[in-house]
Amino acid sequence: MTAPGGIKPAVKPFPNPVRSDFDLVQTEGRVYVNIGPSHPATHGTVQIIAELDGERVVRTDVHPGYLHRGFEKECESHTWHNLIPYVDRLNYVSALINDFAYCEAVEKLMGVEITPRCRYLRTLLSEYSRIIDHITCIAAGVMEIGAMTAFLYLMTIRDYMYEHLANLTGARVTYSYGRIGGLAADLPEGWLARLEEILVQQEEFVGRVHGLMDRNRIFIDRMRNVGCLSTADAIDYGFTGPILRSTGAARDLRKDTPYLAYADLDFDVPVGIKGDNYDRYYVRMREIDESVYMIRQCVDALPGGPINVDDRRCVLPPKHLVYTEIESLINHFKLIMDGPDVPAGDVYSAHEASNGELGFYLVSNGKGVPHKVHVRSPSFAHIGGVHKMLDGYQLADIIPTFGSINMIGGECDR
Amino acid sequence: VAQNLFDLLQAQLAQSIRQASVAHGVLVLELAAADIPGVVGRLKAEFQFDMFLDVTAVDWPDQHPRFEVVYHFYSTQHHVRVRLKTRVAQADPTVDTLVPLYGSARYMERECHEMYGIAFRGNADLRPALLYEGFKGHPLRKDYPKLGEQPLVEYRK
Repeated sequence: MTAPGGIKPAVKPFPNPVRSDFDLVQTEGRVYVNIGPSHPATHGTVQIIAELDGERVVRTDVHPGYLHRGFEKECESHTWHNLIPYVDRLNYVSALINDFAYCEAVEKLMGVEITPRCRYLRTLLSEYSRIIDHITCIAAGVMEIGAMTAFLYLMTIRDYMYEHLANLTGARVTYSYGRIGGLAADLPEGWLARLEEILVQQEEFVGRVHGLMDRNRIFIDRMRNVGCLSTADAIDYGFTGPILRSTGAARDLRKDTPYLAYADLDFDVPVGIKGDNYDRYYVRMREIDESVYMIRQCVDALPGGPINVDDRRCVLPPKHLVYTEIESLINHFKLIMDGPDVPAGDVYSAHEASNGELGFYLVSNGKGVPHKVHVRSPSFAHIGGVHKMLDGYQLADIIPTFGSINMIGGECDR
Repeated sequence: VAQNLFDLLQAQLAQSIRQASVAHGVLVLELAAADIPGVVGRLKAEFQFDMFLDVTAVDWPDQHPRFEVVYHFYSTQHHVRVRLKTRVAQADPTVDTLVPLYGSARYMERECHEMYGIAFRGNADLRPALLYEGFKGHPLRKDYPKLGEQPLVEYRK
């Protein structure tokens, strides 16, 4: 191939990484548009090939995979503990939920029962992460349709929360805070007092967003009756989380198959009416309120005692013992070099992550390194059925609809 | 509720099941690859397992048959999960597709196909989902090297 002017291009053209589902023969009057993979108005690196009739989307072919890092392959050559930083990077907006879901799966295989304080702290931090995730999704979604003020309000409060979590874990986004059998550290002094301050501010900011958005004519015109999804379709395509609830089905793993401390907590499961963009926005907003309510219950009921179980198969011995006695030194060495002693077998354990059912399917062959780690990520299932929400609407509707799905490349592509 | 359902399932599906057990709150059924569509159809129609969560495979290079295909189903009414397992040989890693039963099967099977090379008979769309067109091999098989690279664009020397 020679460019105009006779100059040979420096890079030879390479084959298209995707094969579209659509035949190459163009139908009369139809236009094929390629959106992404790095389109400024979609969050998440995803490619959408759309067939258009005028401005109307006839059908779409969605290609994920641009953030595939070989997570599951990499997991097969590290000890069970060493995977914690990796699982953080699945849904990097609410990394703590991934941590706890993974740790719980390993604990089930090992038959480890975590301490009451750890159970409540994990619940509290899961809900805190859910708030952050929903805030991020709503902020980005409303910004894309022009609501810059709401975006800045929400980002402000999100940054308070990130700084607050950095105070606890040492990192703003990917925390590596869960441990098999417990947590990396207990709460620092004054953390709960600051938490309440942030929650009060959060309620004020979210209240302002309600005031700006809920009855805003422009917002309703873009969101109401756009990207509708029926409950039957949602279940058929494996949708879970806020998207399934927005269709009117009160399905929430925290209620249906209670784990951690959720059986002890009082909370509602907000649902939508017809599964359109507005319902997805509103379900997330209401879930933020419920999470705040749950966090306050957890703070009130937070038990004392240790955060780690006393089990030398998985929990590292205290540092002062590692330096002073040989048994703890060897224990520490074996845990680091060989990994925890996980009995052979397999387990599927699922948590209600902020996007839906996050399941870990782990297979152990009795070694310190997993035989297989598989993640049932909510975003991947959602991408498999997203065409149900895009087809038949306007080209411009792809942006708010795709935003309301909250596709997270890290967990979708793994 | 779960235990009753598990007992009922085992009794009803006894002819097709090779082995049944309850592991960590999930009913595990092992069956022959040919029985998968029939059993899944009954699970969906008679026992309300309306959500197809996932399909993946486990590679056991030293065993025969080599691949274990693992399905997870969830009932949004009973709040119970079922895991189906079947074995397929390396020479013919084929199972029937579940696309006619569940919408989510198309993408899930695409991923399992590209990662393990399991062929889902009847799924018309087994293009790569996470990898790219023309990728050689199946990266989650144990014999695919962890550091194996096949870049689409050549690295700069």
